[in-house]
Amino acid sequence: MQAKSDLPPSCRGGCEHRPLQTPLWQKAAAILVWILIWQFAAMGLGHGGLFLATPLQTLGALAQLAPTAAFWQRIVFSALRIVAGFLLAAAGGLLLGAVGARWHWVRVFIDPAMQLIRAMPVASFVILALLWVRSANLSVIVSFTHVLPVVYAGVLGGIADTDPKLLEMAKVYRLPLSARLRYIWLPGVFPSFCESCIAAMGMCWKSGVSAEVIGLPDHSVGDALYRAKITLSTPDVFAWTLVIVLLSAVLSAVAAWSLRTVKARLCGEVRT
Amino acid sequence: MSIVIENLCKKFGATPVLQNFSWTVDRPMVLMGRSGCGKTTLLRILLGLETADSGTVTGVKTPAAVFQEDRLCPQLTATVNLTLTGHGLTPQEAERELRGLGFTDAELALPTARLSGGQKRRAALLRALLCKDAATLLLDEPFTGMDAELVADAVAATKRLAGARPTILVTHDRTAADLLGWPVKEV
Repeated sequence: MQAKSDLPPSCRGGCEHRPLQTPLWQKAAAILVWILIWQFAAMGLGHGGLFLATPLQTLGALAQLAPTAAFWQRIVFSALRIVAGFLLAAAGGLLLGAVGARWHWVRVFIDPAMQLIRAMPVASFVILALLWVRSANLSVIVSFTHVLPVVYAGVLGGIADTDPKLLEMAKVYRLPLSARLRYIWLPGVFPSFCESCIAAMGMCWKSGVSAEVIGLPDHSVGDALYRAKITLSTPDVFAWTLVIVLLSAVLSAVAAWSLRTVKARLCGEVRT
Repeated sequence: MSIVIENLCKKFGATPVLQNFSWTVDRPMVLMGRSGCGKTTLLRILLGLETADSGTVTGVKTPAAVFQEDRLCPQLTATVNLTLTGHGLTPQEAERELRGLGFTDAELALPTARLSGGQKRRAALLRALLCKDAATLLLDEPFTGMDAELVADAVAATKRLAGARPTILVTHDRTAADLLGWPVKEV
């Protein structure tokens, strides 16, 4: 008997990105070309990298920053707060999404708030938030509020995607709520939840560091970025930007891996 | 306990699907009829998934069903699908019956999403037959997608495992109905 491969969306999973496979050398070549363009653009603008630091100047600045304790202290300070905001928002989005899907009136009540948060500029939100919280905790609030609507929408989408025929089967066979959650709801919700979490992880770094640049909490990455700007130390601005991009990419990868592992364990997924 | 259906009526829009349908099912029976005559609708009403426009149904207690589609959890193996709904069914019992219907070790290790249509159908049939607390069986075209030899094995398993429970098996396969040897109601 022939075994078919017709995995449904709920089984393929949103955290298992399998787009067209580009060979590694092509990716590396594309990055190299962009670095060359960057180098030539910086050389063209001149002024010793004042307007645009060269790749070597950026790496040099990073090499000077990396051995210092303050560099790592800033990274830990910002990462802890941004990740805390992300985790709170992921939990809140999951809860609000589930409640909103269950009771329509809750969704009607929550939707305008979510749309408002989505549309609000980071700067407006930061200025308001500074009135309510200490600047040290600003990035928690800002990353939370920017991630929450994304995860909420992802959970609602996932619940809508859950197979109604499997839910009928569960009703007929009198499956307990725990089994329905584990084997039907979670596999249905997870792909969309995963995708929203991975997208939100990038967003929370952008919004969190933007908030720090405005609120200037001591020992934060945003504060370092601001100081580099006012001292016209462009290579340092580039170095910190590179650090933020790398941190965002690493934490997105960690989030994707963790969610994939949790999904496989929780949903009893069989790996072949 | 018997399933007693009295004067059941159901319309979809202006189209009548069931009109004053009455039937008493006190043992395993076969329901046959052309496509679109309301067989699946009748089973859905008995399962509580549709509401009849009028008429009464009594005696459907803790049912187990084979649906038109297989409705197996795609990420789980056939064995786990069976034990999940088995209300006390052990993995060993599930595997034994699955092997009896031709499942190999390799197929037992696969998630059901990767099984063929016939394999899924057999798993769906066994899920209903092995549900330990099911007092009523409602089986909608359970032999679809199986070749003649497998139908014979599946029919034998159905007769053995259904026992004397009130059962409605919907089919339009005359050969399968003959093999079952159960009373047939034509609609």
